[in-house]
Amino acid sequence: MEEIILARIQFASTTLFHFIFVPLSIGLAFIVAIMQTMYLIKKDEIYQKMTKFWGTFFLINFAVGVVTGIIQEFQFGMNWSSYSRFVGDVFGAPLAIEALLAFFMESTFIGLWIFGWNKIPKKLHLACIWLVSIGTILSAFWILAANSFMQNPVGFTIQNGRAEMNDILAVLTNPKLMVAFPHTIFASFATAAFFVVGVSAWNILKKKDLLFFKKSMAISLILGLVSGLGIAFSGHSQATYLMTAQPMKMAAAEALWEDSDDPAAWTVIANIDVENKESTARLEIPYLLSYLAFSEFSGKVEGMNTLQEKFVQKFGEGDYIPPVKTTFWSFRIMAGTGGLLIVLSGLGLFLMWRGKIVESTRYLKWLVPAIFFPLIGNSFGWIMSEIGRQPWVVNGLMLTSDGISPNVSAGQILFSLISFSLIYTLLAIAMVYLFIRVIKQGPHEKVKEDVSASDPFEMGGLQNAAE
Amino acid sequence: MQLSELWFVLIAVLFVGFVFLEGFDFGVGMSTKLLAKNELEKRMLINSIGPFWDANEVWLITAGGAMFAAFPHWYATLFSGYYLPFVVLLLALIARGVAFEFRGKVESERWTLTWDWSIFLGSLLPPFLLGVLFSSLIKGLPIDENMNMHAGFLDIVNIYTVVGGIAFVTLTYLHGLMFISLKTTGPLRERSRQTAMKMYLLGGGVIILFTVLTGLYTDAFSDKGIIFYPLYSVAIILYLVLFPLLRHKKEGFSFTVTGLILMIITSSFFIGLFPNVMISSTNLLNNLTVYNAASGHYSLKLMTIVAAVMVPIVLGYTIWSYYIFRKRVTSKEHLEY
Ligand code: HDD
Ligand code: HEM
Ligand code: HEM
Repeated sequence: MEEIILARIQFASTTLFHFIFVPLSIGLAFIVAIMQTMYLIKKDEIYQKMTKFWGTFFLINFAVGVVTGIIQEFQFGMNWSSYSRFVGDVFGAPLAIEALLAFFMESTFIGLWIFGWNKIPKKLHLACIWLVSIGTILSAFWILAANSFMQNPVGFTIQNGRAEMNDILAVLTNPKLMVAFPHTIFASFATAAFFVVGVSAWNILKKKDLLFFKKSMAISLILGLVSGLGIAFSGHSQATYLMTAQPMKMAAAEALWEDSDDPAAWTVIANIDVENKESTARLEIPYLLSYLAFSEFSGKVEGMNTLQEKFVQKFGEGDYIPPVKTTFWSFRIMAGTGGLLIVLSGLGLFLMWRGKIVESTRYLKWLVPAIFFPLIGNSFGWIMSEIGRQPWVVNGLMLTSDGISPNVSAGQILFSLISFSLIYTLLAIAMVYLFIRVIKQGPHEKVKEDVSASDPFEMGGLQNAAE
Repeated sequence: MQLSELWFVLIAVLFVGFVFLEGFDFGVGMSTKLLAKNELEKRMLINSIGPFWDANEVWLITAGGAMFAAFPHWYATLFSGYYLPFVVLLLALIARGVAFEFRGKVESERWTLTWDWSIFLGSLLPPFLLGVLFSSLIKGLPIDENMNMHAGFLDIVNIYTVVGGIAFVTLTYLHGLMFISLKTTGPLRERSRQTAMKMYLLGGGVIILFTVLTGLYTDAFSDKGIIFYPLYSVAIILYLVLFPLLRHKKEGFSFTVTGLILMIITSSFFIGLFPNVMISSTNLLNNLTVYNAASGHYSLKLMTIVAAVMVPIVLGYTIWSYYIFRKRVTSKEHLEY
């Protein structure tokens, strides 16, 4: 089945690409809104400069977030039509509501924000960026509600050969959503915070606009630490939730073939042998897995072999074990970045407080690559979450291989895969190029030569009748 | 009226609204190559739609989402069946969407030229593809008993659908010109009106050709003549009225008229389809209808409540944003893009 492989590669790559920009948009909108609020409160020009400078990154990034999102909206129908027929009744509603509630709000108020600087009263203009920020967070909520249904289907019955919704409240209070939403939002704030921190560090190292970048850094380090801690706590509740709803994913994330001891130890690294179903050379921290899974220092975690047997009894013959190595290592990479973020932001705040930040060049040099840590954490979080769900596309209800469009050929998918990859590569290059230019230019108003002065044909006087 | 019928109407309204609003964005996008004579004019054009185009595009996204939620089978059949046209549509929308934001950020000729072409092609291809799509929808497509569409190249691209595509390009271009005459000052304002007058005959020819072909290739006029004859007559009368309006520089009225024509033609597709949502050219029993493609009652009821609350709010702030930016774009002011 070439179709299924190609369709999966396309879905994974386009979605992962969309999710590079999404968290940065969510987080930067929030940071820029904070900066503009401080400008209105403190009336200090520097905050207006901050709003505009970081706002430029936000806008460039937002544009790419928007266009990569359109593909997402359509590709369920294009590549996954059987899936769409099966879940559309439940899954379509959050998507439609997201558009109505969030996308209109984001796009309208971002237009008002960009073009409204001197056209609407200051407070109203500030309200616009807050509405954009709220819009991005709302949109995350609704799309995660849809995704949570795939991880843990609730609020439906099977009727007419498909899943039909019978309880929207259950869909919106899905326990998976309750843990995934805060985790994703904190991760998004951390993503933007470390972007601002990293760019600021680079400029402080070059001794450019010190005051400006120190202030930007201070705001973002605080947000970074708060979000880092938020990520860790909500990540812990994700794991606890997994134990009850998707034990197979948890067992795979721990490379646990047989049932664990009680209390269970957490494996830091292991040598996984999928063929012989064993993991050797484990480096373990005692008690930690029990804690992660149950918030207690005791409790036994079921292994994949036990679960596989249970699943065969429940769903019939089949291999219900997800790709173990990918799930295992993705989890470790994600959690690892979480630790790094907390240490880095904590250390940074300490140095700030002691007034030593500018001299701490070794530390500052770490912050520049740290821009990428949250991005890595985000991607591997999703990889763990989605690969760990395999072979299901809707957990326990529909296999991924049953979800694809029967009428789309491998050739067609290959064509779309290649063309999307190509245009995405070009987009990424253009965007990085723009970001570097904006960084190099620094927080100074660009003095564009005024083209209008050289326009001899300006007719003027022909103003709108409405004026 | 059943809820599924109501949702058919709402989805039609979303598409009609999309074509009206994004229609002039497409037209303005085409004008950046066809009408603007220098960099300043290009930037004035882009800025005239700057605050709006993204929200206008959300009409399409919402229409897609609403289809998914209210008619999962329609969504699944349509999007998988038109696989390749949708890939091209998406590529065009991507290129155009980032171009507005990226273009003005670097002062280099190659950079600007790249995004100029993105804007032009990204504004030309979507209305063409939408025209092709709509007209092939009412013509009918090979759909099997499992609701899957297996369309060959000629099922989608043929004389009728290509004329449909050209009609959409022509009309959105005219609509864009009218928007420009309404929203800019100076030579651009005058030139857009004159260009529209030069195109007048061509546009009329396309509309008439498309009307005739619709009669020949589809059952619309024979099945639903009571609606279709008056509808297309109104469209043609409106087009006749357009010329004097253009001559007397009635900019607001001209814009309304091009918009109305676009809306009439778009809604005619949905009227032609009803109660089907997809017509099978192989076996009428395989048609997808408003009834067999819809979601369950619970979902539809939920969506109706959400729409009843949200639509007025969305319309409210949309109108407010057009009100804030009601003034003409002049070459004197600071241009964001
Ligand atoms: C956790 C958050 C999140 C996730 C998981 C996704 N998105 Fe997204 N999406 C956003 C958060 C977001 C956002 C923050 O609202 C964006 C990103 C940047 C932006 O411009 O808006 C956006 C933009 C965006 C747009 C463009 C909206 C516009 O034109 O204004 C569409 C159509 C989608 N997304 C659809 C999807 C679909 C169908 C997804 C599922 C596969 C998806 N997104 C995953
Ligand atoms: C933006 C964050 C997301 C990322 C980075 C992401 C990534 C992935 C990855 C890596 C896969 C696995 C591909 C494979 O196993 O071959 C996958 C599968 C899938 N995801 Fe997500 N996902 C995200 C959000 C979502 C959301 C919000 C939805 C639904 C609303 C969704 C729907 C799906 C579907 C339908 C599949 C099945 C196709 C497949 O298995 O390849 N994903 N996703
Ligand atoms: C501090 C340690 C962390 C723990 C214990 C943790 C825990 C988890 C768990 C268990 C999941 C999977 C949920 C599921 O598959 O159902 C998950 C998913 C995810 N994680 Fe983390 N995480 C941590 C750090 C991070 C960091 C640093 C980031 C990014 C900055 C991040 C971003 C994500 C994302 C985007 C997802 C996928 C969305 C979701 O399923 O909710 N995580 N996390």
